[in-house]
Order: sequence, then C-alpha cells, then structure tokens
Amino acid sequence: MAARTLLDKIWDDHVVCSPAGELPLIYIDRHLVHEVTSPQAFEALRLAGRRVRRPEATFATPDHNVPTTDRRLPIADPVSKQQIDTLRANCREFGIRLFDLGDADQGIVHVIGPELGITQPGMTIVCGDSHTATHGALGALAFGIGTSEVEHVLATQTLRQAKPKSLEVRVDGRLAPGVTAKDLILHVIGRLSTEGGTGHVIEYTGEGIRALGMAERMTVCNMSIEAGARAGMIAPDTTTFDYLRGRDLAPRDFAAAVARWETLPSDPGAVYDRVEIFRAADVVPQVTWGTNPAQVVGVDAAVPAPDAFTDPNDRSSAARALDYMGLRGGTPITDIRLDRVFIGSCTNSRIEDLRAAAAVVRGHRVASTVSAMVVPGSGRVKRQAEEEGLDRVFREAGFDWREAGCSMCLGMNPDILTPGQRCASTSNRNFEGRQGKGGRTHLVSPAMAAAAAVAGRFVDIRGWEYK
Amino acid sequence: MQPFTTHTGIVAALDRANVDTDQIIPKQFLKRIERTGFGQFLFWDWRFLPDGAPDPAFELNRAESAGASILLARRNFGCGSSREHAPWALADYGFRAVIAPTFADIFFNNCFQNGMVPIRLDEADVAELFRRAAAAAVAGGQYRMHVDLRACTVSDDAGFSRPFTVDPFRRQCLLEGLDDIGLSLQHDAAITAWEVAHGLAPVRA
Repeated sequence: MAARTLLDKIWDDHVVCSPAGELPLIYIDRHLVHEVTSPQAFEALRLAGRRVRRPEATFATPDHNVPTTDRRLPIADPVSKQQIDTLRANCREFGIRLFDLGDADQGIVHVIGPELGITQPGMTIVCGDSHTATHGALGALAFGIGTSEVEHVLATQTLRQAKPKSLEVRVDGRLAPGVTAKDLILHVIGRLSTEGGTGHVIEYTGEGIRALGMAERMTVCNMSIEAGARAGMIAPDTTTFDYLRGRDLAPRDFAAAVARWETLPSDPGAVYDRVEIFRAADVVPQVTWGTNPAQVVGVDAAVPAPDAFTDPNDRSSAARALDYMGLRGGTPITDIRLDRVFIGSCTNSRIEDLRAAAAVVRGHRVASTVSAMVVPGSGRVKRQAEEEGLDRVFREAGFDWREAGCSMCLGMNPDILTPGQRCASTSNRNFEGRQGKGGRTHLVSPAMAAAAAVAGRFVDIRGWEYK
Repeated sequence: MQPFTTHTGIVAALDRANVDTDQIIPKQFLKRIERTGFGQFLFWDWRFLPDGAPDPAFELNRAESAGASILLARRNFGCGSSREHAPWALADYGFRAVIAPTFADIFFNNCFQNGMVPIRLDEADVAELFRRAAAAAVAGGQYRMHVDLRACTVSDDAGFSRPFTVDPFRRQCLLEGLDDIGLSLQHDAAITAWEVAHGLAPVRA
C-alpha cells in the first residue's frame, strides 16, 4: 500500500460508503454537544420523529453562555437559562450523557473532551463549534460543524464529507524560552493568513511540535480554524499515550489501544498536498494588533501602517482594523495600555496555562488601571489549580477567580468588554465586537497576558522578573 | 428545505474581506432556541448605530441595496465561528445567494443546508461585479443578477456571464430541496456494517 498520512489513515478507516453521485458518508466516533448550536438540531429530530442513533457516542456540557460567578445562584438571564434548560431536557429525552452545571466535570467542551479521555487517537470527532480542531492534538480528526450537520450526526452517526486536502506545517527546531505554543500558532497564522488553510486539514510535524506537551499541542491545533483549516492534527506519540493513560473514559485495554494508535502516524514518504516549513527560532512572543488573528506581530515590533501591505484587501482590512482598534501605525506594541485581561478559553485555560500565568503573577500586583480575570477551562482544572494554590496567587495579585466556561472569549455570558475597552486575552479571536460591542481584543499567550495585567501595558515576557 | 433552481435578484455589494460570522450574527443573538427570526439581527453591529437607528453608511442600508437577495463580498466570507445562525440570518433577511472569491469551509457547507447558494468566482470577476454594482448605484439604480443552478451560471443584463462550480451532490440536493438525513438513512445497512466491523454492537431497530 502507498505511504499514507495520518489524515489518510483516519479517513480511510471511517468511510462508510461512497455511493456514485453522492458525497462519501464518514463515520463519526464521538460527538460533543453544547447548549448554543444544538437546540435546533434536537427540535428537528423531534419534528421528524427521529432518534439519536448512538447516544453513548455523544457527550454534552453547557459552556458557552454559562455564568462564571457563584454557581449556587440562579442564572440571571432568562434566555441563557432557557438554552441551558433546553440542553438538559434534550439530553434527558435522548439519553445523552450531560456534564451539567454544578457537575464536578463541567467545563469547556474542548477542555473536558481530552481531560475525560473522550478524545482518543484515530477517532473522528465533531462538535457544533469551530474550535473542535483542538482534539486533533491527540491524533484525532476533529472538526467543527453547523447545526444541520449536528442533527445529521445525531440521527445517523455519520457526516457527508468530501475528503479535505492535507497541509503539513513543519516546525524545525525548538521554541526559545519564554516563547509558547500560542506564540507559535499566532506566528503560523500570521504567515498562512486567515484563509491559508481553507479546504485543508493541517498536520503539525517537526521537532518544534514533538517537543510540546499535550496542553501546548491543544493550543496549536485549537487555532487551526483561524488559519481557515477545519482541522489540525498531531501524530500520537508517548506524550499522547502518557496523557491518556488512566483517564476516566480511556480504553480499558490500554496496551492494545496503544498498539493500534502506534500505527497512526504518517508513513515515511507520505505525500501531503502542501507543505509549509517554519523555524521555531523565528518565533517571538506575539501580540495581535488588528481584528483577525493573522493581524499579528512580535511584541518587539510596532503596529504596522496600512501602507505596509501590498495586497489591496489587506490594506483596506488593516485600515479598518486600526480604526476599530484605536491604534496608529508605528506605535510600539509595548506602548499599548490595557484596561482588561482575560485568561481562559478553549485555547488557553488548562492547568499548564494557569501555572504559566501564575508564575508570572506571583509576588506582583495587577496594575491599578487594569481589571483582570482567570476562568479555568473546567471544574477539574479549577480544583487542580486550587490544590496547587494558584487561585491564591491570582487572588492576592488582584485577579478575579471564576467558575469554568467560555466566558469572555465570546461574551455570551455577562463577562464582556464595554465599548472602547482594550483587553489582553488568551482566547482565539480578536474579531470586532467578539468580546463585547466596541471592545478591543489583543490575543496573547497566558504568560504575556499575566505580565500585561501587572504592567498595565504589553511587556516582553522574555525579560520578566520572576519572583 | 426550500429548493433552489434559478433566482433573479438585487445585488448588495459588501466591499469587505474576511467577513466573519461574529459580524454576520453577533453572539448576543445566539441564545434563541429557534431556527427562524434571525434576519432582524443580521450584521447588527454594522447595521445599527448605538441609538438603534440604521447606519446610513452601511452597505445594506443604502438605497441601492433595498430588497437585495444576492450578496457580493470579498475574500474569505463567513470565516470564524461555525454558527449556522449566520446562514439562517442571511436567508431570513432574504438572501438566496452569496458571491465571493473564497468562502470559509464551515460557512460554505452550512449554506447548502439552508437553500442558499455560495458562489465562488475569480477575484477579477468579483472586482468587475463590484464595479458594475457601484456604477448602477451612481446612476441611481440597482444592480440585478441572475443565478441559474441548473446551468451553474451567474449573469447580469449587461453581458456578464460566468460558470461556477458546485459539488454535484450538493447541487442535486438544492435543486430538489432534498432532506439529506433521509438520504443518508437509506445507507443504514452500510452504517451498521461499518459499526459491526469496528466492534460496535448493532443499534436496536
């Protein structure tokens, strides 16, 4: 058999049938469901008299619009409450396992999937959320789908899909101290553009990727969609197996599973449709200056002027972005002052992220001009952080310490920016209004966000004075 | 689903690249549990001024866009969030087709589920359509186009005509307004065979 990529292997294994004149049907191993993109799918099933084909392959949790304040209090917003109640009722009716509000394992769907061992190498995983790419970090083919497709998966456990193209993003060498997975992926997106990966699944390879821990790999794969790629994946290795061993829903015969998973990595000589090569040594801490994640520069650089772009689309986008962001070309990044800092989201809310941020904050105080918050990705992350005393470090420095959820990444709950407020955020999107109408978002790593909270402006974390 | 065969309509020219689904339908409107009624919220932050009045400068609020049902945009339309609320909002507002040089994958797929055709044309052709729409607006009129999904062409009344490509299966589903879940369920035996071959217990009938 010809040499195959990781994508080829998972794809070939999941094609149910390719009838003439139709798109192939591919089997979906795991389906993750949250409150925002599922109610219409369940309702349509009900209206058509259909059932969920494999309730045991489906897992649900409310995350997008849940409050991050005291969980013992009722949800103030009646519309949010209705959406969460609807998820609860749908899960009960269709027999789907729900990690509900108040459940110890509730959290952001892309944090709890890997954490509980739901996500495994070689699987196809979908969710009505574009950041489903996160799960590819464990060697799965995972991508976001729309609500009609959610309904299709619930009813058939399959999806209609044309096979995507493959794009190898190879990272040679290792990241320098102070430079994180978040900086790497922002750097990659900056070069590929927000649509460079459209129609492709990215496989991240190379020494710079192999050296990353699981949380860092998840950060990288998570933002594949910001380069236009529906999925990002990393071949499973001992880092992956060590991460999964002992997780609640990991395979019982773990050794047999590992033997299977070891056959997944791309064969030597496997051919990708496209290859892009990056040097880890070129990556410095990144800060976005615009209103899409590809509008990014190093912390040691200045905000670019629109004239710096040759493509007319890029030039007009930059001009619009600078106007919205209240920035002028030529301003050094380290001169940008912040009002808010948000540490959280499916990109950067895992225990490793919180440890990195807490290490920066320890012994410092949040600047008097800044309001800062930490939102752990899951109930488990929160408990682990509290066991390690990280909550105390954050609280003593002046951070808010919250309950798990998507929170200010998309501001569906009460955690939003007010117009004109400027925020250093560890999330994934700096779109206009994403964190609140008129809010100005700069995407950074957890350590850079923490340092910005203390300094009140962006600082180069590579020169940070750790206490 | 509403079938799509041919459509003639007014073009609204949205001269922006990378229009993300957060702009098409902002998050505060995602809490509804219905599929309908999203058109009123379409492009909310761009369409309305802080006092709630329509922003006269926004493309969709201009006289030449009144009653538009074909949206023209620049590269990478529909990027970002997977929210199907974006095509729901566009369709509910009255759009039946979106023309752009490129689309984000998830948005592109979502359109087909909602009786709406996403049409990819060369960047130069899209630029020409923007010029024609602008010329019509300067002359105080509206720009009209025709979309024919049977022939896979887009054209206007002044000699512009281009073919476009669309996946044959998606096209057939749109032409006939087919329920694609119903179609997939016809392959139940193949799905069950896959499950059994992969060690899963067959589902109860």
